Amino acid sequence: MNAVTYAAKDFKSDVKPVWCPGCGDYAVLSSITKAFADLGLKPHETSVVSGIGCSSRIPAYTNTYGFHSIHGRALAVGQGLKLARPDLTVLVAGGDGDGFSIGGNHFLHACRRNVDLTYIVMDNRVYGMTKGQPSPTTESDWDASAMAPPGGTGMTPFHPLAIALAAGANFIARGFSGDPNGTAEIIAEAIRHPGFSFVAIMSPCITFREEQREWKETMRKVGMEPTTDSAQAARRLMTDDGYNCGVLYRGNRVSYGKDKIASAAVSDLDAEFTL
Amino acid sequence: MCGSGGAGVMTAANMFLDAAAEAGFYALFGRSSGPQIRGGEAAALVRLGADPITSVDDTFDIMLAIDWQGVQRFAAELPLSKSSIVICDPAAGEVPEVYVKTGARIVHLPMKDLAKTIPGGRPNMIALGAVAALIGFPVAPLTEVLGKSLKKKRADAFEASVAGVKAGAEAAATLGESKKLAAPKAKDVKRWTITGNYGTGLGAIRGGVRFCAAYPITPATEVLEYLSSALPKVGGVFVQAEDELASVNMCIGASYGGEASITSTAGPGLSLMIEGLGLSMASETPVVVVDVQRVGPSTGIATKCEQSDLNIAVYGLHGDAPHLVVAPNSIGDCIFTTQWGVYLAEALQSPCIVLSDQALGQSRGIIDAPADVAFVGKRLQAVAPAEGEVFKRYANTASGISPMPVPGQEGCQYTADGLEHTETGTPTSQASDHDMQLDKRQRKLTSFDYGSHWATIEGEGDIAVITWGSCTGAAREAVERARADGVNAKLISLRLISPTRPEHLDAALKGVKKILVVEQSHLGQFTRYLRGEYDLPVKPEQLSRPGPLPMRPGEIHARLLSMGK
Repeated sequence: MNAVTYAAKDFKSDVKPVWCPGCGDYAVLSSITKAFADLGLKPHETSVVSGIGCSSRIPAYTNTYGFHSIHGRALAVGQGLKLARPDLTVLVAGGDGDGFSIGGNHFLHACRRNVDLTYIVMDNRVYGMTKGQPSPTTESDWDASAMAPPGGTGMTPFHPLAIALAAGANFIARGFSGDPNGTAEIIAEAIRHPGFSFVAIMSPCITFREEQREWKETMRKVGMEPTTDSAQAARRLMTDDGYNCGVLYRGNRVSYGKDKIASAAVSDLDAEFTL
Repeated sequence: MCGSGGAGVMTAANMFLDAAAEAGFYALFGRSSGPQIRGGEAAALVRLGADPITSVDDTFDIMLAIDWQGVQRFAAELPLSKSSIVICDPAAGEVPEVYVKTGARIVHLPMKDLAKTIPGGRPNMIALGAVAALIGFPVAPLTEVLGKSLKKKRADAFEASVAGVKAGAEAAATLGESKKLAAPKAKDVKRWTITGNYGTGLGAIRGGVRFCAAYPITPATEVLEYLSSALPKVGGVFVQAEDELASVNMCIGASYGGEASITSTAGPGLSLMIEGLGLSMASETPVVVVDVQRVGPSTGIATKCEQSDLNIAVYGLHGDAPHLVVAPNSIGDCIFTTQWGVYLAEALQSPCIVLSDQALGQSRGIIDAPADVAFVGKRLQAVAPAEGEVFKRYANTASGISPMPVPGQEGCQYTADGLEHTETGTPTSQASDHDMQLDKRQRKLTSFDYGSHWATIEGEGDIAVITWGSCTGAAREAVERARADGVNAKLISLRLISPTRPEHLDAALKGVKKILVVEQSHLGQFTRYLRGEYDLPVKPEQLSRPGPLPMRPGEIHARLLSMGK
């Protein structure tokens, strides 16, 4: 009997995305399903978990076991799932507000914990679903939206890659939705790499950040030099302008979690309490 | 037994309980301590007897004060009477006025000086020996327990302790005081020694739980402590999460993966978990949350008991979100009710809050061995649809329970969602879809057969005492005392708080002329809940007060006598 193989389209569902025309997330969806297919995964043994926001609608657009959870908590749901079911391939996906603002604490600890899953953040530097507020990655002086304070927030943008590195993520990369094939390759490598893999994907929101159309010109498809040395990775990030794509860091930490092996029957637990 | 931090009160009391267990007694051992991490005063509150004990008593027979440092802070929790004995060290200074006023006999025992006569001797061992002698407790089991806990560590510590216990017992024999206890009858009865929180952990595993993510919080930490070591033994997973938000959502993720999951917390943590409980409820992904209630609101009094999380447990979720709430009513029942809660959560694909409390969770009991019941969580399994058909994860079934697949199962892929959804799980904002799913989620809870476990019902009478949680023990003892006085009352302790069982309570209250509600809440949350959710045949009388003082049998007994006139 031939083993069944699945194409990228087999990982997509029939549900029509709610995204605006021109949204970068369509391409990210394609990159994810292409990566799944390229890795020879099966839809029913793959899970996509998300939080809340435009990009977090992504699980329903796949034909995998999806979980569209609550704002900021996707990494918690995803880690619980992977620890309970190490046999599944778990991919957690969401946006910059979901992952770095309301979910910021979970992001730090997911990097530290190093559960073997892949976390994709579709970063558009804006809250799209609520129509244009600044997010943690928004430039401090951005005030093009009526939702932003005049002169911008004055807050330093969150540096996801640097923070992931400092917090202990085992694989760190940046992709661009305008390069779906390159991004698919990065995602596939992230999934293959053991431990917590973080992929920031620059994915423009042309509805609330028209100027992000220019990313097509400014993003460099290659430019990030991979290293296994975290000190070197840190130095590279200090001179990085945020427009280089590719893999930055491949760590060699052992994944969190032990094999689930029972050494006792439930009834054996009574002995501790029996007189 | 009380004293300042480091005086070894808890050590001595635990050894005392171990020895009582060996000797065949039943016991209830509660602890009271201040908010200090280490150090600071502590009191070990022990009730011992030949018959099973489910409640604290009205007063203590013996108060043994190793020193007086900060001990007056416990005065309200250490009621004494004229027939009580206070044993204290003359070197510790004046007996605080609050204890003198009780009229209890004050007896001096120079524990510190006696300890000094023994190389490596400690006053807490003198105290242990003294208490044992006063109640006519044999020295042999004490020596045996000392051997078990100390011999492995250090032979000299063991010898010093044995000598201390002996010296204490001899000194106490010269005091001319006695509080002899009836000999234990239970030698051949199978008994256990366990705390409510460990019982909760054991019940969870018995019910099928194999995943726990939790964040430490007083007074629930022992649930986490137990599961962190017990779960791996049975092939389960324990994770210490970064906060309560992560705890509950990790559990939801694991549950989505097919593992029955539990987390434990107390009031402030439950507040944080409410968001996750809503997701569990709407996405129909079962999860069990244990709330070991403490004095609230906010940080409140973290180390002491109150039954004031009822409102948040029953009504705390936003939206129309019916879910399961169950409450254990004894230390042993922490095992059963948690196990049952897991079973219900899995069967009904619903969040289940197990409302335990500090008095149950952190008390250690010597109890009859609990039955091993057959409730093991099981979900309604899904079957892959025929070729060309779409799998309906949220199918509108007659029971309201929809078949739930386990990831890995081919052909049943779906997206679990907190967004309102259609039968297939696709997000929707249509009124008809919302109505259908609301009805379905309510129907599965209300139409389920909960059997006789919805309440503990004992006795018959014109008066019904309705209570829950740790107040049940005191109410039970009060009902027994009232019966001896010719006033017959029926005890009803609700185990299933949500959903309500109106027909069952109606039947239980048939012929009842008066109702007394007993609870530990300033607002009277349980009384309000009963009056709001049930159509009671008469307006209930209410006996309630906030924590940290426990309800005692005497005050309930007195109220029953006046109601029975």
